[in-house]
Amino acid sequence: MVALPPRERSQLRCCGASGCRSAGAGPLLAALRAAAAAGVAGEPSAIAALTTAEPGSGLEVRSVGCLRLCGQGPLVAWDGPEGTRLFGGLPPEGAAALVAQARGLAPIPLQAEPALAGHRLDLEQPFFRLQRPLVLEGCGIVDPERIEEAIAHGGYAQLRRVLQELSPEQVREQVRRSGLRGRGGGGYPTGLKWDTVALQPPGRRYVVCNADEGDPGAFMDRSVLEGDPHRLLEGMAIAAYAVGADHGYVYVRAEYPLAIERLRLALQQARHQGLLGQGIAGSSFNLELEVRVGAGAYVCGEETALLHSIQGQRGTPRSRPPYPAQAGLWGAPTLINNVETLAAVPVILRQGGDWYAAIGSDKSRGTKVFSLSGAIRHTGLVEVPMGTSLRTVVEIMGGGDPDGGAVKAVQTGGPSGGCIPAALLDTPVDFESLLALGSMMGSGGMVVIGQGTAMPEVARHFMAFSVNESCGKCVPCRAGTVQLLALLDRCVERRATAADLEALEALCAMVKATSLCGLGQAAPNPVLSTLRHFRQEYGAVPGAGP
Amino acid sequence: MSVITLQVDGHDVAVPAGSTLLQAIQAAGLSVPTLCHLDGLDPVAACRLCLVEVEGSQRLLPACASEATEGQVIHTDTAQLQGYRRMAVELFFAEGNHVCAFCVANGDCELQDVAVAVGMDHSRFPYQDPQRSVDASHPRFSLDHNRCILCTRCVRVCDQIEGAHVWDVAERGSDCRIVAGLDQPWGEVDACTSCGKCVDVCPTGALFAKENTTAEKHPHPERAHQLRRAREQQQWIR
Amino acid sequence: MDTMTQAPLPAQAHAQAQSSTLTGGPGRPRLRLATVWLAGCSGCHMSFLDLDEFLFELADAVEIVYSPVASDTKIYPERVDVCLVEGAVANVDNLELALSLRQRTALVISFGDCAISANVPGLRNLFSSPGRDSARTVLERGYLELADATGQLPHAPGIVPELLPRVLPLHEVIPVDLYLPGCPPSAERIRAAIAPLLVGERPRMEGPEMLRFG
Repeated sequence: MVALPPRERSQLRCCGASGCRSAGAGPLLAALRAAAAAGVAGEPSAIAALTTAEPGSGLEVRSVGCLRLCGQGPLVAWDGPEGTRLFGGLPPEGAAALVAQARGLAPIPLQAEPALAGHRLDLEQPFFRLQRPLVLEGCGIVDPERIEEAIAHGGYAQLRRVLQELSPEQVREQVRRSGLRGRGGGGYPTGLKWDTVALQPPGRRYVVCNADEGDPGAFMDRSVLEGDPHRLLEGMAIAAYAVGADHGYVYVRAEYPLAIERLRLALQQARHQGLLGQGIAGSSFNLELEVRVGAGAYVCGEETALLHSIQGQRGTPRSRPPYPAQAGLWGAPTLINNVETLAAVPVILRQGGDWYAAIGSDKSRGTKVFSLSGAIRHTGLVEVPMGTSLRTVVEIMGGGDPDGGAVKAVQTGGPSGGCIPAALLDTPVDFESLLALGSMMGSGGMVVIGQGTAMPEVARHFMAFSVNESCGKCVPCRAGTVQLLALLDRCVERRATAADLEALEALCAMVKATSLCGLGQAAPNPVLSTLRHFRQEYGAVPGAGP
Repeated sequence: MSVITLQVDGHDVAVPAGSTLLQAIQAAGLSVPTLCHLDGLDPVAACRLCLVEVEGSQRLLPACASEATEGQVIHTDTAQLQGYRRMAVELFFAEGNHVCAFCVANGDCELQDVAVAVGMDHSRFPYQDPQRSVDASHPRFSLDHNRCILCTRCVRVCDQIEGAHVWDVAERGSDCRIVAGLDQPWGEVDACTSCGKCVDVCPTGALFAKENTTAEKHPHPERAHQLRRAREQQQWIR
Repeated sequence: MDTMTQAPLPAQAHAQAQSSTLTGGPGRPRLRLATVWLAGCSGCHMSFLDLDEFLFELADAVEIVYSPVASDTKIYPERVDVCLVEGAVANVDNLELALSLRQRTALVISFGDCAISANVPGLRNLFSSPGRDSARTVLERGYLELADATGQLPHAPGIVPELLPRVLPLHEVIPVDLYLPGCPPSAERIRAAIAPLLVGERPRMEGPEMLRFG
C-alpha cells in the first residue's frame, strides 16, 4: 500500500527494492538519513525555535519494499498530517529539501520548493487508486529487514491463531472456500492441491515455494520477496501446518540477490522469534525452512525440474503423473506453490475464505499482481481484482503508450503466453478468458507492445528465449524450437513462403502437443497467438524460396 | 494380483495392475515406436514417439511412462499421432549428423527402424549440421556424438544396472551432449568398468566397439532386461 | 522447407500430350524418362544398371531422354515425365540443372540418400565456422594448406562450377515428388519404385524394403 492515513508525526518511506535501487535509491536513502540526522543545525534559528520537534529524532526515514511505480524510481513517500505524498526520481541533492518539508521547517511551501518541483507524483491517479492490495498489503509499508515491523503490521498473527485455534482440515477448508488458484500460471485450485498432499498416506511431507520467477517482464514475486518476505514465510508455515509438512524449501533464482539476502535474514529472524523451528509459537508444530538458490535455468520454474534441482540433480522435468503432491521431493508428497499463492494465504485466513472469494470474477477469485512494462507510461506493479479488464490495467492504470500512440497488443504469460490485440483489451483478466484468446495468465508479467513493433519479431524473441532455455531432454522442445526459430527468421526477414507458414503451424502444433513439460508445450504460444491475431504481418511472400 | 482391463485400438486387453500403457499395447499384440524406452531401464519419456491418445483426455500420454488404468480407451495409431511421430523422427535426423551410408550401425539401428516405421522418406526440416566430436580415448570403445540422439539409455544402464554412473548429460537444449565422468575423455574415467553395456543398449551408432566398421555393429539392447530380471526375479535363463 | 502434406502424383501430362506413334505398347504413350547425376558418387546409377534384364523391359516402355548412362544429350530436354535425380546440390551447375529440370519435368524423384539428405557430399557442411563457409574451408584445405608453395584456389568462371556455401538436399532447392532412399537404393527397390510409374500409379514407399536409408 502506498497511501497511508494522515499521521501526526511525519515519516519518509524510501523504496529499497531492486528497481528503485537500480534507479539510485541507495544514495537517496543515505542522503535522506543524513539530512534527517543533521537535525536542525543548519536551519535558520527563528524557525528552529518555532518547532516543537526534537532535533534529529522527529523524522523517521525508513527503507521499505516496492512503492509500485517502478518506472519513476527512486520513489519516496512522505506520510504526514496531510496524508501521503509521493515523490519520484528525486536526486540525492533534493533530500535536504524533502526532509525540511517533512519536518515542517521549510521556509517555503511545498508547491514552491524548486528542488521538489516535477518530482511529485499524483497518488489519486488510477494507477494507485484502482489497486486492491492484499498480497502486497504490507509491501511498501514494512521494512522487510525488520521482523518487528512485519509483526506490528499483523505478520504471523494468522500463523499463531491457526496453530492455536484451527485444525489442518479447518485451514484447508478456508483455502478451499477462498477459491484461490495457483498464481504461478497454471491456475490449479490451491485448496485441492493442499488436500491432495494432506490426504496422502502417513509419512513425511514437504512444502516448497516456487520463487524461480523467470518470465521476461515479470517481477511480482521479486517484489514480495524483497518487500515483505515475512508474509511469504507466514503463508508457507500455514501451508505446512495444513498439509502436515515439517520441512520446506524456498527455491529462488540466483538472479535475485537482494531477495535471497532478505529472505535469509527473514528466516533467521523468524527462527529467533520462535516462529520457525521447533514448537512454533508454543505449539507442537515444527517447521524448518531453507533457501535453495537456482543456477540460472528457466526450466527450474517447472515444478518437477525444480524438485530435481533441490535434490541436487540436473534440473530437468519428468513425466507426470505422479504429481509432486503424490511423489515429490525424495519421493515424499510435496506441496509446491508459487510465491504469490502462498503470500495470499495469511489474508485469506484473517478475513475468511468467503470474504476472499467475493473478490474477483466467477472462476478466478481474489486479486492478482501484475508487473507492467514495455511501451507503457506507468511501468510498475499493480494488484487488482481478478476480472479487471486488460484495458483498465493497461490504458487506465498504466496510462497507455508513453508517446500517446495506441497500444498495439499486450503480451501476457511471457514465453508461454501470447499477445492479445488492442481490439480485445476489454477482456477481463482471468485464467479462462486469457486462455480462450490463446494466451495465458502466466505469472503476471504484462509487456505492452507499441505500434512500432512487428509481431513476428516478438514471436521470434520469445522463441529464441525458449531455444536457450530448453533443457534438452525431449526432442520436440530441444530440436523443434530450433526449427521454429529458423522458420521465424524467414518470417521476420519477409522471405517466408506459404509452405513455410504451413510448416510453422504444423510444427507449432506438434511441439505443443508432444513436449514433455510446460515449457515446451507452451513455447509455440507466442507464435500461435500472433499468427491468430496478426496473421497479415506474417504474409507469405509469393514465389519466395524454397 | 489384481488386473486392469482396458481397450487398445479396439482390442480389449487385461494386464496386471501397475502395468504401463506400453505393456498393455504389447499385450494387445500391437506396438508403438520407441527410442528412449528400453525394458530393464527406468523410463524417461524423452523421445515422445510412444505418445498415445486417451479418450476423455486432451493430453497425449507417453505409453512407456504411464500406468494403465481401468477402463481406459487408448488409440495408438491415429493420423494425428502418425504426423507427430514422423515429425519427431525428422527432428532427430535433422539435429544430428546421421549418415547411414558409412555408420557402424547401418542395418542394425533403431533410428533407421523408426524412420521406416513412421514412413519418413526425407526430412522436411533443414539439417542443422552441428559440429560435434568423437571420443576415441577408451581402449575398446568409441563415442561418436554426431550419431547420439540423447536417449540416455547409456546413462541409465550405467547407473541403474552397472552401478558406475560414468555417463551423464551436460549443457542444455540443442547443446546437450553425453559426458563421461566429470566431462573427461572416456578413457580417463576410472569409474568405467569397460563392461560395454552402454554400447549394447545404444540405439544408434553413437557408442560402438572399435573393431566394428561400417554396418558391423550388432547391439544387444535385450541385455538390460535380462540382467534386471536376473537380479530382481532370480531368472537367470533367457 | 517443402510442404507438410504429401504432394499429389503429377499426371503423365507430357507423355499423354504426345502422339501415340511414339509408344511401344498399344494405347499407352512411352514415358519420357530422364536420370540426372548431381553431387553423388554415381552409385545410384550403377545400381540402376543392376536392373539387368528389367532394363530391356524399361527400354521398351520408356524413352530415355536424358541420362549420364544411357543418353548423349547434353541439354536437359523439355516435357520429361519422370526424372531420377541422384546426388545432392553442391555447386552452381547442380543448382542450375535442378532448377531447369524442375521446370521441364512432371515427376521429380530424389534418387538415393545424397539427393534426399545430402549424405556423404553433405559432410563438408560440418566444416564451417562464422565468416568461413564450408566451401571455402574445404577448398583452402585442399588447395592451399595441403599444397606446396604454388598452391592456389581454383577459379575458372564458366568452366569450373563454384561450390555453394552448403551442400543441400534436392528438396531444399526444388519441390520433389517422390523419395527413393538408399545408398544406393538396391536394384529391386528401384524397380519396385519405377514399375508402377510405367502404368501411371504411384509406388507405395513403405516398409524396410522401400524406405530404409543407408
